[in-house]
Amino acid sequence: MTENGIRQAIFDSLRKIAPEADPQKLRPDEDLRQALDIDSFDFLNFLIGLHARLGIQIPESDYTQITTLSALLRYLSLRLGGGSTEGS
Amino acid sequence: MPQQLKKWSDLMGEFRMPSLGADMTEGTLVQWNVKPGDSVRRGDIIAIVGTEKADIEVEVYETGVIETLIAKPGDKLPVGTPLAVIQVEGGAVVIVPPSEQAPPTPAARVRASPMARKMAQELGVDLKKIQGTGPQGVIEKRDVELAAQTQVRAVPTSAEAPTPSKPIEGMRHAIAMAMARSNREIPHYYLSIQIDMSKALHWLDQFNQQRSIENRILPVALLLKAVARGLVQVPELNGYWIDDQLKPSPEVHLGVAISLRHGGLMIPAIHAAHQKSVEALMEALRDVITRARSGRLRGSEITEGTITVTNLGDLGVETVYGVIYPPQVALVGFGKIVERPWADHGMLGVRPVLTATLAADHRATDGHRGAQFMETIRHLLEEPESL
Repeated sequence: MTENGIRQAIFDSLRKIAPEADPQKLRPDEDLRQALDIDSFDFLNFLIGLHARLGIQIPESDYTQITTLSALLRYLSLRLGGGSTEGS
Repeated sequence: MPQQLKKWSDLMGEFRMPSLGADMTEGTLVQWNVKPGDSVRRGDIIAIVGTEKADIEVEVYETGVIETLIAKPGDKLPVGTPLAVIQVEGGAVVIVPPSEQAPPTPAARVRASPMARKMAQELGVDLKKIQGTGPQGVIEKRDVELAAQTQVRAVPTSAEAPTPSKPIEGMRHAIAMAMARSNREIPHYYLSIQIDMSKALHWLDQFNQQRSIENRILPVALLLKAVARGLVQVPELNGYWIDDQLKPSPEVHLGVAISLRHGGLMIPAIHAAHQKSVEALMEALRDVITRARSGRLRGSEITEGTITVTNLGDLGVETVYGVIYPPQVALVGFGKIVERPWADHGMLGVRPVLTATLAADHRATDGHRGAQFMETIRHLLEEPESL
């Protein structure tokens, strides 16, 4: 999957839990949960949404690796075997 | 012919505008889910009522057949107003629609409890202007309290009182009323305790590794379980303060504070939490959060919480000093789990530590019982296999 495809999956999942937010405005290095006011319940729903779209289950032990948009893109890209996510 | 109620049997079949919170004085019928002739069973959702906070699905407490729909969608009516007539199994009741009712004669005796009369006299509230929400429409103490609050709201107490720059939104107003009442009436006391969460988090980690992401359990489910178990040990914290006495509830209905994305909060109850496993509590929590945030809560969930639990750990808060939601008598708050230095058997280490607080009504309990409750919670969370 391309980086744009992963990004789209992230944005689609975010819109499900924070419909009033505009994920396009997220800065790459911004803390996702703080920026969009996502609590642990909605964060889990977000990950469930990503799992449904990408087929990847993110273990709790990896949560510290996916705190920002750029980190999440990098993490998912590696898990999907896509390598670099330059420009994220 | 009697103007208000013509009863054909001892079975009551009135469906009235429910009180969906300590702060609610009126509601708007949003829609009917039934029509005359429909059969209904106790627990069926037959209407949606709009409150200041949200639209709530309202259940019926009778089993029978809908006879008449009195109120129309869009009608804004005081709590206790008849909305429909239900022909109950084995009998029927006819309620004359409000528009056809004759106004009470001046000589008519207002039906009110002794406590309500006493309070009305003290607060200068006219009982004739109140719609009672008790059995048969009897005015109760809380009806007078609500009326007094409305009076205070309607009459400026000072010419110098600041004018709000914009109308208070419904949700904020409802919360304001309930919390102001709490601060005014409830003598709070607070206790806090620090809990070593290492074993609980380890247990949870092992548990979640064996489950799919859809069935993952969040730490808050453990906290709810511990609270429910603790309330079985200390039941005085689980119930209501009504008519100057504690009325403990035999069931633990955990009210969970849920923030809404557009602001404000709802506190739906997870019913019979003391009988639920951790997995069942997580499932129930998932259900009420989803429905709270999509405006599909039920009336019984709004009104039947016997204690409130609030978890602000997601926002980085370490200690929560809550305000009790009347007429409940306690609120349990949880903060963020943070790593802290922790001495144990003479050894210093770093542990994930949770601060739990109890806000309790000193009329109902003393600090001693509150401390026993907190100690029970601590023990359960530090020995999670006992949950």
